[in-house]
Amino acid sequence: MNFQIRKFYYGDIPEEKGGGSNYQTQAESAAWPLWEVFIRSKQGLDHKHVGSLKAADAQMAIENARDVYTRRMEGVSIWVVESKYIHASNPDEAESLYDPANDKVYRHPTFYDLPDEVKHM
Amino acid sequence: MTNSLINYTLHLADTTLILSQRNSEWCGHGPILEQDIAITNISLDLLGQARNFYQYAAALKNDGSTEDSLAYLRTEREFKNLLLVEQQNGDWGQTILRQYFFSQYQLLLFQQLQQHSDEQLAAIATKAIKETTYHVRWSSEWVIRLGDGTDESHNRMLHAIDELWRYCGELFEAADYETAMGIDLTSIKQTWTEKVTAVFDEAKLPVPQNVFMQSGGKKGVHTEQLGYILTELQYLQRTYPGAKW
Repeated sequence: MNFQIRKFYYGDIPEEKGGGSNYQTQAESAAWPLWEVFIRSKQGLDHKHVGSLKAADAQMAIENARDVYTRRMEGVSIWVVESKYIHASNPDEAESLYDPANDKVYRHPTFYDLPDEVKHM
Repeated sequence: MTNSLINYTLHLADTTLILSQRNSEWCGHGPILEQDIAITNISLDLLGQARNFYQYAAALKNDGSTEDSLAYLRTEREFKNLLLVEQQNGDWGQTILRQYFFSQYQLLLFQQLQQHSDEQLAAIATKAIKETTYHVRWSSEWVIRLGDGTDESHNRMLHAIDELWRYCGELFEAADYETAMGIDLTSIKQTWTEKVTAVFDEAKLPVPQNVFMQSGGKKGVHTEQLGYILTELQYLQRTYPGAKW
């Protein structure tokens, strides 16, 4: 069998540089798709992204996630979604997207005088 | 009665140990990282069950035996594992099919053992049954995936059936100690056959008919495979007696 080491990108990587879509060799074209895994660590908490894995279908992805990511009682619920369905913001647009918030300190609730009785703020 | 209980407990222990050892051979060689972890997880589950049974057997024997001496210092003819579990891994399909045949059997057996009058066996079965339920789910989905997959995977599953079916008859052939322990293998056989037929139907695989069935493992008469397994499994303790990790 012919294996290649290959780097995959996640998150804020533009699609054309991301894994999967532009990567097609003969061996890989028939390979299983990549899935992103989200685990809820206990009831009432959010599902958090924990990583990704390969699987042929959703059922297998959940079972793989169970075996790879919940071996040490990390979770009570698993979500999986095929990586190709995740759309990420473009790092090239970071300036226009995030910088404008820099000088808008009034959006932080830091201008209130808190009474001493209020704890945990 | 005690003798039958010891032999039966050893039969359960040996079967889970040998299958664990076989599956562990995949460690680092699985077809894909996630499945490598999955089969190794199952291997560890089975090893945990084997330890429970060996510890119980050692306590029953009460002659200085330990779980280690029972696993590492008994000879081939003393092992009472099923022939099915000592068979070679073959390709992934063959490993999967062996796991499915066994897990489906073990699930039905443990469901029965949960009600057994021997409290320790019932307790071990109750603890293990959650794992086994998952093994059945995981392996049966693989059987369906490969059987109803490509021509290549379908043919490989046909070959796997050819290799393994002849060892399935023994699962339901009661040894003396099983009869003495009141294990009802007839009802298990019926349900097992129904379940396997349903999975095979979905996998578009034929259920073999009128195959000559091998047996003997429960009585210590094994295929040549077991010798090779024990050679590797017991090498360290045989060569360096009492060696500790």
